[in-house]
Amino acid sequence: MEELIGRHFIPVKIHIKEQPDTFDRFNAQWTPTFVFLDPDGTEGHRFEGFLPARDLLAQLELGLGHVAFGRKQFDPAEKRFRRVVDGYPESEAAPAALYWAGVAKYKATNDAGALAATAAALQQRYPASDWAKKASVWAT
Amino acid sequence: MAIAWRKDVDAALAEAKAQGRPLLLDFNAAPT
Repeated sequence: MEELIGRHFIPVKIHIKEQPDTFDRFNAQWTPTFVFLDPDGTEGHRFEGFLPARDLLAQLELGLGHVAFGRKQFDPAEKRFRRVVDGYPESEAAPAALYWAGVAKYKATNDAGALAATAAALQQRYPASDWAKKASVWAT
Repeated sequence: MAIAWRKDVDAALAEAKAQGRPLLLDFNAAPT
C-alpha cells in the first residue's frame, strides 16, 4: 500500500476538522473519500467508504487506470485496469476494471472486437455484475 | 516506506503538475 501510494501519487490527507473548506471545494460529502486527480488537477476517479486493504489496493490501481484513461493514455490505462482484474479478481473493482480495460483497448485500436470480447469475459467471470449488463450491448 | 502525506492541496497540485504525477486526496475524519 505504502509503496503504491508513494511511488505513483502525490498524496494529500485532508481532515474534516482542519480543512472543511477543502471538503466543500472537492465536494467530499463523507469520510473516508478518496479523490484521484491527474497532474493538471482534473478528477479521474473517486470512491467513498472504508475498504479492506486488498480492496483499497484494487481501487488505487483502478484510479490510476482512470487517470491515465482521462489523459487519453489508453495503453497504460488498459494495463492498469488489467492489473486490477488479474491481481484482485475477487474485488468489487475487478468487473469495473475489466469493463474499462475493454474500452481502453477499443479506444487504442478502434477494434470493436475488443468490446465483444469484453462482454463475453464479463458474462463469464462476473455475470451478476452491473458491468456485465452494461457490456451486454457489445455482445455479438 | 512511510507515506509522505501532504496537507496543502494547492502546493500538492503544483508539485503534481511539476512532476507529472497524479494526486490522491484522502478526505478523512480519523482521530489525530
